[in-house]
Amino acid sequence: MKKYQKETRVIPGFGLSMGVTMTMLCLIVIIPLTSIFWNTMDLSFGEFIETITSKRVLSGYKVSLICAFSASLINAVMGVILAWVLVRYSFPGKRILDGLIELPFALPTAIAGIALTSLTVDGGWIGQIFAKAGIHIAYTKIGITLALVFVGEPFVVRSIQPVLESLDTQYEEAAEIMGAGKIYTFFRVIFPEILPALLTGFGLAFARCLGEYGSVIFIAGNKPYSTEIAPLLIMAQLQEYDYAQATAIAIVMLVISFFILFLMNMIQIRAGKRTR
Amino acid sequence: MKILLITVSVLYIGLLLVLPLIFVLIQAFGNGLQDYLANITDEYTVKAVELTLLATVTALLVNTIFGLFAAWAVTKFQFRGKKVVTTMIDLPLSISPVIAGLIFILTFGRSSPLFDYFNQMNLKIAYAVPGVLLVTVFVTFPFISREIIPVLLAQGKDEEEAAALMGAGGFEIFRKITFPHIKWAMLYGVVLCTARAMGEFGAVSVISGNLRGKTNTIPLHVQILYNEFKYAPAFAVSSVLVVMAIIILVVRSIVEYRWKK
Amino acid sequence: MRKNTVTFSLAALLLAVSLSACQKSSSTGTAQTDTSSKVSEDSQTAETVEITNVSYDPTRELYEQYNELFANHWKDETGQEVVVTQSHGGSGSQALSVAQGLEADVVTLALEADVQSIVDAGVIEDGWIDEFPLDSSPYTSTIVFLVRKGNPKDIKDWDDLVKDGVGVITPNPKTSGGARWNYLAAWAYADKLYNGDEEKIKEFIGKLYANVLVLDSGARGATTSFVENGQGDVLLAWENEAYLSIQEHPDEYEIVTPSISILCQPSVAVVDEVVDKRGTREVATEYLNYLYSDEAQRLAGDNFYRPSNEEILAEYADTFDLDINLADISEFGGWAKAQETHFADGGIFDQIYEQ
Repeated sequence: MKKYQKETRVIPGFGLSMGVTMTMLCLIVIIPLTSIFWNTMDLSFGEFIETITSKRVLSGYKVSLICAFSASLINAVMGVILAWVLVRYSFPGKRILDGLIELPFALPTAIAGIALTSLTVDGGWIGQIFAKAGIHIAYTKIGITLALVFVGEPFVVRSIQPVLESLDTQYEEAAEIMGAGKIYTFFRVIFPEILPALLTGFGLAFARCLGEYGSVIFIAGNKPYSTEIAPLLIMAQLQEYDYAQATAIAIVMLVISFFILFLMNMIQIRAGKRTR
Repeated sequence: MKILLITVSVLYIGLLLVLPLIFVLIQAFGNGLQDYLANITDEYTVKAVELTLLATVTALLVNTIFGLFAAWAVTKFQFRGKKVVTTMIDLPLSISPVIAGLIFILTFGRSSPLFDYFNQMNLKIAYAVPGVLLVTVFVTFPFISREIIPVLLAQGKDEEEAAALMGAGGFEIFRKITFPHIKWAMLYGVVLCTARAMGEFGAVSVISGNLRGKTNTIPLHVQILYNEFKYAPAFAVSSVLVVMAIIILVVRSIVEYRWKK
Repeated sequence: MRKNTVTFSLAALLLAVSLSACQKSSSTGTAQTDTSSKVSEDSQTAETVEITNVSYDPTRELYEQYNELFANHWKDETGQEVVVTQSHGGSGSQALSVAQGLEADVVTLALEADVQSIVDAGVIEDGWIDEFPLDSSPYTSTIVFLVRKGNPKDIKDWDDLVKDGVGVITPNPKTSGGARWNYLAAWAYADKLYNGDEEKIKEFIGKLYANVLVLDSGARGATTSFVENGQGDVLLAWENEAYLSIQEHPDEYEIVTPSISILCQPSVAVVDEVVDKRGTREVATEYLNYLYSDEAQRLAGDNFYRPSNEEILAEYADTFDLDINLADISEFGGWAKAQETHFADGGIFDQIYEQ
């Protein structure tokens, strides 16, 4: 191990850069985060388990997980298509389309939530079309998913785009010359290359959707056991000044997020090694 | 195939992103231009814009410095626990904004051991401007480092190592070798960070205390107007944000164009 | 390796210093607010005094007007300018913020329980409720029904709300102070109807909440769902909110007053810890006291709150249905008890949804 270290640290600045990184990480992320664990300590282990496995909380997680997962899945599929279109085709208005991708980052989630709700209630521009078919969007899980698709939209596109750009087209061409169909080529040649990036994007979108609050509360009906999301439960516990329980619910979400991100980073680092 | 995919993409973006945008603009101008101008030059709106700008600039400064150092540390050296560190850096991205606000309340609020300490120094953090700045930094924390790290990973470290062996100092290596590689990626990160910092709502709403004209950012001000049943002004103020966002996205587009060139 | 450790710790130190410098500079960024609060620390001599009123959602219009009225009054009395900073939000989360250190000189919240939670945090002293007349509630309100024009579902009283096919909009009592009044009003009706048979009352409340289409997190959110987004047939609303909606859309809605409702007593209090620190006790106390003056009472009436002054209330007999039978919170054994029985974790409200 020591020898290995010596070998790799030819470049100066390890101490400085690690120092700055770790200090800022501690001050801005780690110290505030520990306050969550600190506050949960007020609960005994049994109470902690009881809180996070109560029926209401479990159903909150379920709603959050299901909606976040479906939203990320939609984003994954549409993200691949969008990235493909943006990289491989040229057409009028492409730059505008490209520029719009990050809009969900910039538009405050609350405004997005309000606008989406107004559009999708049964009398809204979009809602009335679906209402005729008996599908209600606002105040149902579909509405929640829609809001989450909105907030998670940029992640997948932006993860795949650079990979797709750097991909050499000669393999595809070779495959096509040898008579492989376009769809076959895509799944056999291109898809494996973009898969790590796709997973990264999916993971980011999923983690983001899981925690989303601002836009969802407007469009979710917030009804217990059906359209109540986990972040809302945290807020409800806070109203009762029950920090211990609020932080207990928060910790579970934090652990899920951390796990997803950790998995994603493993994939990224592994992918980085493979290509080098 | 091409036509189909393009149509699908345009429809998707159109319905999901552009339609809500149009909705906001229509509502904003619902009462005419004069009303619109009066709404966006309102005293409280101007103050909210100021605070939003302050928070955005702070987030940019802090996160750029951090992003550069972190990217350097993570990509140029091997050390144990690297995956944990990179995951930690990304964590703010996935933390529910509500939790983000909550942790800062718990850290700096009245129930925290730190509260008395800061109180003696007459420094208010929670429910004051520093708190708003702090959570904004928090939610945008990984944006710049995330953009730089992949570029540096792809570039490898042979050039830096060669330069170091030839006796170049750390700063010189960074300035002459590393920086040219990452400058566009960094700028792109800056743009993203700006966009996100301006629009943050959940976390800021928890820590701001809703003090009118003092700790209200634009998104919070919109929420307040909306809750006052002042829909046209609410959407008018949103449109200010939307315009700022569009400017930023245009800048982004230019940056990207030059980057690719 | 040792050299690395040294630079590492040096860097850490440097950063800590620069960060604290950052914090300083960021607090100078807020110089305006900081200096103004310093000015008000010796408010007795200063020309301008600044106080913060932390309130809940539906009082925005009222306090916007009242702050002007009070500024004139205070100027006449002392020659001092007073600037009131308003903060509005859900009553519960506003109380939480004050308990966590939001510097409010006065709180004007939706219910006693919320003020009590600030007391529990040690920021307001016990006995606040007797500090001002009439349990420290200068204006009251009640819960009424807002229905669509012509009352298509023919809703007259609470028992119409549990019928099949009636869509009810009310916020979540867990997250909204106002919604607790709605719930308790319904309970008061069922209590009379079933002569206190708790099983039957629970069943009634259960049916009522089964008819709820959207359980918004706050009162204003619920009004928006009903008015702007067209959800449901009836909105359970504060009387003043209902009148405001009618004012905005006169041809679309009407108000139905049920046979029994509840006397909502919003509570006001001076935040002891803050006023002592800032030296603003005098102006803060007068701010709340002046709410009981004839002018302020009329202002409350104009904003569709019921003035607590009986004579002035009588002036508004045309506006309010004064014959309504109002239960009050003492019938529920006070707020602490009501809170514990109905809204705490595992309380009756939770049980209703578990069925």
